[in-house]
Amino acid sequence: MLHLVLFLIFGLICVTGAINLLVQKHPISSALSLVVVMASLAVEYLLLGAEFVAAVQVIVYAGAVMVLFVFVIMLLNAGEEESTKGSRVALILGVPGVLAGGLLVAWVLINHSGGNSVSLGALPGYPKTIGMLLFHEFLLPFEVTSILVLIAIMGAVFLASRPDSPARPRKEN
Amino acid sequence: MVPVSYYLILSGILFACGVIGFLIKRNIITIFMSIELMLNGVNLSFVAFAAQWHQLSGQVFVFFVMVVAAAETAVGLAIIIAVFRTRETLNVDQVNLLKL
Repeated sequence: MLHLVLFLIFGLICVTGAINLLVQKHPISSALSLVVVMASLAVEYLLLGAEFVAAVQVIVYAGAVMVLFVFVIMLLNAGEEESTKGSRVALILGVPGVLAGGLLVAWVLINHSGGNSVSLGALPGYPKTIGMLLFHEFLLPFEVTSILVLIAIMGAVFLASRPDSPARPRKEN
Repeated sequence: MVPVSYYLILSGILFACGVIGFLIKRNIITIFMSIELMLNGVNLSFVAFAAQWHQLSGQVFVFFVMVVAAAETAVGLAIIIAVFRTRETLNVDQVNLLKL
């Protein structure tokens, strides 16, 4: 019962934040509602027992990634977005289409997903067990992601540098 | 006890919000945030399925998704800065040329 109540409360906060992200015109407001979504998602992870995932969600997503977003918004001095005229056909066909598709997916999920329930903290993901899994079974993907992160760092430094900065060597021609 | 389908519906709603935001928003940074929203929705379904099948691999996959998302954010925001430097705008409707 407590599980259901907590799930509903934080699920509602989550959906409200996601809709607020769409409604708000200013990027800073959107970024802050995304932080709300991520924080309440961390609570949902905790309810499922994924403690380590919840902690990393708060630290990496709600912390690091969103700070990066807010930093760039401030750096570029982004104002309110100008609204452009959308197509009427997309509105007429899109809204009922999305509603119908959503109801269909929800119906299928409720009726055909086996009706399995999860209890509070169903699968505790302790850092130790996750680390064992990560460094034994998933060692190769782990190493591949480290290369990916290295390339991402170099790409970000190169792309964000000014054209005449020392990070970008001048072509000799 | 909460049915797994509730978690999946929540993750579906988040993913749908991300797709809608990706389509209707005009600010390039907000579009980028919608992508993050989609990734978060997928992460929730990973964790829910991990709990349903008692397989920790689902939670490990969430970490890989997070790493890829963080790398993508760093590169993407660098691209946004580069685009803003050359075009002085963040509106995707005005960014319609590959080369200036």
